[in-house]
Amino acid sequence: MLEITPLHYSLLSAALFMIGVIGVLVRRNVIIIFMSIELILNAVNINLIALSDQLQDLAGQVFVVFVIAVAAAEAAVGLGIIIAFYRNKETVNIDEIQIMRW
Amino acid sequence: MAEAIVFWTLAVLILGLGIMVISARSAVHSVLFLVVNFLLVAVLYVMLNAEFVAVIQVLVYAGGIVVLYLFVVMLVSLKKAPERYADPRRVAWTGTLLAGAVLLEVVAIVVASSGGGEPAATEGALGAADTPFAECGAGPLVSCNTEQLGWVLYTSYLIPFEVASMLLLVAMIGAIVLAKRHL
Repeated sequence: MLEITPLHYSLLSAALFMIGVIGVLVRRNVIIIFMSIELILNAVNINLIALSDQLQDLAGQVFVVFVIAVAAAEAAVGLGIIIAFYRNKETVNIDEIQIMRW
Repeated sequence: MAEAIVFWTLAVLILGLGIMVISARSAVHSVLFLVVNFLLVAVLYVMLNAEFVAVIQVLVYAGGIVVLYLFVVMLVSLKKAPERYADPRRVAWTGTLLAGAVLLEVVAIVVASSGGGEPAATEGALGAADTPFAECGAGPLVSCNTEQLGWVLYTSYLIPFEVASMLLLVAMIGAIVLAKRHL
């Protein structure tokens, strides 16, 4: 309890990951689903940084830098899609976004 | 002891804010909780000796991405939140249950795979061994995390770094094309 091991960080990361998964599955606002995905990416980053610190290997931190870059790209493109969709359909409700359904 | 206090405080705040993010009624509140969440995660990174990533977290996540979210939330102003539309086909607790199953699975994996105790500190794989952690250090309080990370990023990970820059360029062009009304 008082000694903080990488296991604690991993469990924190798992819990944050789960919160993100709940957000993706439960919410219907696309923007909030996107935020939940950011939470998931953050959970992964916590894990990588904790293990990088434990193993004394910088590869984990390098990986986090790349994850952040990809998250920024994903946010830019995803939010662009949301704007374009909202302009056409006037909704961000995920249940009504089905024009690409086969 | 001090580390434990800081860690548990941060853990409770991070998880609480995470729950607030996904449960807040208005999307603007969600974004604001998300900013605080990202800042607290940055503090966690400092605790884990990753100062450069902590600064990047504050600059890129809390400063850049979240502002983008805020803009979109303001642009996509809704008269009625999507959650207000009743949809009998949709059962929210199923999602919660499924996510709980995922949590159990992840915790089981974490607990099962950490049973081996303290793994031997391996020399950095993939050429990161060029600059071991302990070597650099002008003093006990001066961290050279940024220097080391830059060194690794521009030697061992040069190609991925360039690919990431191309990805960002493509994403930038894509975002402009998507958001523009007429090309």
